[in-house]
Amino acid sequence: MSEVGAIERAALRSDRFRLAREGDWRRLEAIVSRMEKGRLRSLSDEDVQALPVLYRTVASSLSIARETSLDAATLAYLESLAQRAWFLVYGPRLTLLAWLRQFLGGGWSAAVRAIWLDVLIALAVMLAGVAVGWLLVASDVEWYHALVPGQFADARVPGASREVLHDTLFGNEGKNAMSTFAASLFSNNAQVSILAFALGFAFGLPTLMLLVHNTAVMGAMIWLYHGQGLTIDFLGWLAVHGTTELFAILLAGAAGLHIGRSMAFPGTRPVAQAAAEAGRRAATVMAGVVLMMVVAAVLEAFPRQLVDNTPGRFAIGGFMLMFWLVYFYALRPRRARSATAKGAPA
Amino acid sequence: MNAASLPTGLVAGRMRRSDRERVMVTPEGIALPLTLASRGTRFGALVLDLIFIGLLMLVTTVALVSVAGGTAVFAASEGEGGNAARALEFLAVLWIAAMFLFRNAYFLFFELGPRGATPGKRITGIRIAARDGGRLSAEMVIARNLLRDIELFLPLVFLASASDGGDMGAAGLVAAAWFLIFALFPFFNKDRLRAGDFIAGSWVVEAPKRKLEAVMSAAGAASAAGAQQAPPAYRFGEAELSVYGEFELQTLERVLREKRPDSLRQVYEAICKKIGWPPDKPIVGGGDERLFLECYYTQLRARLEAGMRMGKRKADKFG
Repeated sequence: MSEVGAIERAALRSDRFRLAREGDWRRLEAIVSRMEKGRLRSLSDEDVQALPVLYRTVASSLSIARETSLDAATLAYLESLAQRAWFLVYGPRLTLLAWLRQFLGGGWSAAVRAIWLDVLIALAVMLAGVAVGWLLVASDVEWYHALVPGQFADARVPGASREVLHDTLFGNEGKNAMSTFAASLFSNNAQVSILAFALGFAFGLPTLMLLVHNTAVMGAMIWLYHGQGLTIDFLGWLAVHGTTELFAILLAGAAGLHIGRSMAFPGTRPVAQAAAEAGRRAATVMAGVVLMMVVAAVLEAFPRQLVDNTPGRFAIGGFMLMFWLVYFYALRPRRARSATAKGAPA
Repeated sequence: MNAASLPTGLVAGRMRRSDRERVMVTPEGIALPLTLASRGTRFGALVLDLIFIGLLMLVTTVALVSVAGGTAVFAASEGEGGNAARALEFLAVLWIAAMFLFRNAYFLFFELGPRGATPGKRITGIRIAARDGGRLSAEMVIARNLLRDIELFLPLVFLASASDGGDMGAAGLVAAAWFLIFALFPFFNKDRLRAGDFIAGSWVVEAPKRKLEAVMSAAGAASAAGAQQAPPAYRFGEAELSVYGEFELQTLERVLREKRPDSLRQVYEAICKKIGWPPDKPIVGGGDERLFLECYYTQLRARLEAGMRMGKRKADKFG
């Protein structure tokens, strides 16, 4: 039977309405189905251009049908089709590559600047952690074993001679399996920073504890090396990757704090909305933190083992620190600046 | 006359309006109904995804181990220690990277795709969406999945280590309680958000796919009989059509679409009793229920839709 015949044969006005528009609906359904299967390439340019137009057609069909038709099946079909098309028309439009470009070209640093207050708090907490670690061990050496996990305490124990400690810092060029070392370092550190972020959910308190604990280990170790007059060498050894890694941990902790703080003090917004806004900003920071962890692991495995003198290590570490500071705080694309102004908390 | 109600099984549809229904308003100003995914469905999807991740990890590990074994054998026979060591190291790096990616990037990769759903979610027919009705952004997907670490993987690691060591002190109990807070988070808010959804501003909704059903007034027995108008025997008057409203109409539509003879028969009898059909005409023989119901449906709908255009709506037989 011909289409026109079917329309004429339909007894109801609302069914004639439906039959007249059915073609557009089915076309949209076909396009949506193919896009959902990820077969974008099989779509013609015409179809891609038609998507928003067809979506609006279906949306308007739906609102007319709601007022004129009592055909429940057709209404349900239109609702489901409009919803599927809506997800595509207003879905994540960016490809992964475009997102990365936007992320590296200002989105990340804008998010970092937006949580400046949390970064300062986290920094203060980390410095306090180092001081606590130092003071604890200085008052009672037994604290060293309580603080420093076994994997670091191989030769680096209180009472170790200067030579032993010196050897842990220098003379590792010949060591094998450094890329494996780097990969496992990265995996481990990234997981720790994700944890620091995720714990922010409990109003940020566990994040603070995690930061204090991790930096207290550092404080204890600085104390140990200080006892043998190796403070500068130890800091150099640490600086190569530490400026990047500690910065990343700082940002992860700050991101966690940011969420915790916005939930504890949402201001005039509902808690859920405040948490969601903070969460998206913090997630951007966190994506960058994982990236920094990759850089840190590479630095830790290669330059630190290959560059065997303290000034060289300081040069690398200092350069990395400068690089991150300039990238986050000095380079401000115009677009990113307005985004910061809009999304800045506190 | 007391209402001869429709069979109870058919009325259940009215009760289906649950607390999971939400309305999302698009930028075009059209309200689209959404149904939140049930907790059970989401748990099922998660279990499926974990199985998939486990399988991926297993296959990758087995593949890399077999390659490593081959390399070692080759190195032993050829005596090329240095190159083989480098190759093994590369494999180890590959393995660590793969495990990290499976654990962290699996959900990200799939939820950023056009369907906004992992394979487990696709199978169970759900997807993620932005809670405010806006665009689902990459940041949301990242945020909701980073939180998965404390909701899911940390407790798993914790459980594994607890069952290893066997000593659950006070700290263990505190940790268990802490994890329970996250596991039970979806039970303590009306949108069934888990902690990650809460932070990200996303939620999980059902992703229904419906087919376009046949036109009721142009297909079926009535038009197959070739009649544009209902046969004279099935013309109903004002009194007979005014007893039912939209709810009954849509129940009738469902019965007609499902085409189950026993429910057709039941509905036929219920309607006949209610409207007193046939009044003084001879009883139409059995097997004709479908034609009767289609004619009644079409005329009732025409009447109700005409009322709608005039701004008069009748929700159900009580209205």
